[in-house]
Amino acid sequence: MELAIGIMLGLLGLGAGIAMIAGIGPGIGEGEAVAKACEAIGRQPESKSAVTSTLIMGCAIAETTGLYALIVAILLIFVAPGSFTAILKEAVGK
Amino acid sequence: MTEKATPDVKSSRFKLVDGLLIAMMVLPILACMVLKIVFTPKAEGVPISGALVFWQTDAPLMPLYISESQVNSWAVIISVLGLCLYLTHGLTPRAGLKRQLAAEWIVEQCEKLVNGNMGGFFSEWAPFIAAIMGLSAFSSLICLLGLFSPTGDVNVTFGWAILVFFLIMYYKFRGGFWNYFIGLFKPIPLFAPMNLIGEISTPVSMAFRHYGNVLSGSVIAALIGSALTGLSKSLLSWLPGVLSDMPLLRVGLPAVLSIYFDVFSGLMQAFIFAILTMLNIAEAVPWDDWNVRRKKRKLPEVNRENPAA
Repeated sequence: MELAIGIMLGLLGLGAGIAMIAGIGPGIGEGEAVAKACEAIGRQPESKSAVTSTLIMGCAIAETTGLYALIVAILLIFVAPGSFTAILKEAVGK
Repeated sequence: MTEKATPDVKSSRFKLVDGLLIAMMVLPILACMVLKIVFTPKAEGVPISGALVFWQTDAPLMPLYISESQVNSWAVIISVLGLCLYLTHGLTPRAGLKRQLAAEWIVEQCEKLVNGNMGGFFSEWAPFIAAIMGLSAFSSLICLLGLFSPTGDVNVTFGWAILVFFLIMYYKFRGGFWNYFIGLFKPIPLFAPMNLIGEISTPVSMAFRHYGNVLSGSVIAALIGSALTGLSKSLLSWLPGVLSDMPLLRVGLPAVLSIYFDVFSGLMQAFIFAILTMLNIAEAVPWDDWNVRRKKRKLPEVNRENPAA
């Protein structure tokens, strides 16, 4: 029983880690967006304020996928162990 | 004009009302702090937890909770109401008090934002957008006082997102229910499930975006705090007396991180939530179908830029 719970907790942690691989996507995307914004400001310095506000807005929206992964990871670490342990105990207890 | 240029600031009545309004701003937050101190259980290890549950009862479908998120939300609502009343207390035609300038600036900025993003037709929506933005911003900022920020609870942000979803649906049905239903099967009927998911994903993504940002900030802050405590325990245990028990390394760094995670991220998310609300509502209106329906009822045409006659 302890072994089963231990394996389950380890796998949950592993799953949370794998879920956070999704953090790569927003990282690349936001880097790309910032690079383009720098180019735009370099070409037209007078448009700096408009570009900056659009950039921050876009970055915050591009972050969304990363945040979904984060929520999945947090659920796996903090919420899943309790319910999964209960299910496991019920199944073994029969 | 019979009104005076400056309100009677010196009168005791004015001062009394001012004092009451300031109390209205401060007292709910203090009450929340006291509640938190009374109810927090002693915990060992990394202190990462959701909202405290103050009171719980059985209800037909699921247990009914009164948790920290609700209490703090109401405290924020009352405080912001107190702030608004304080800023608009003693209004005069010629702006005698400095706080009137602040109030006017806030109202002007909100109306400019709404007119710029939604068009003149929606200019009446400025108070609603300002309310959502203010509530969200102050709910996130409340964690600077050591309280649980209500936006770190998915139920709260989901509640706001569902409210916005109903507004979007209200405007989508302006073009007629049948037209909306047909629109789901465009461009080909195969896309119907996809379109349906697209409709539902709007509130879900809005809620999760806000919640995830605030929650990730608080989780990282808690992790770094406990890591620095452990580090200073192992590194600085040779210091004499009480100094060895104090987590000295915890001074400084968490505050710097808090500027980004709590202040910047919280305000940014409030702004984004408001912007997305505006864009989603403004994009939802089927102008052509609505005008066809209005023509049948002999009503004047509406469009995005002009307020309805």
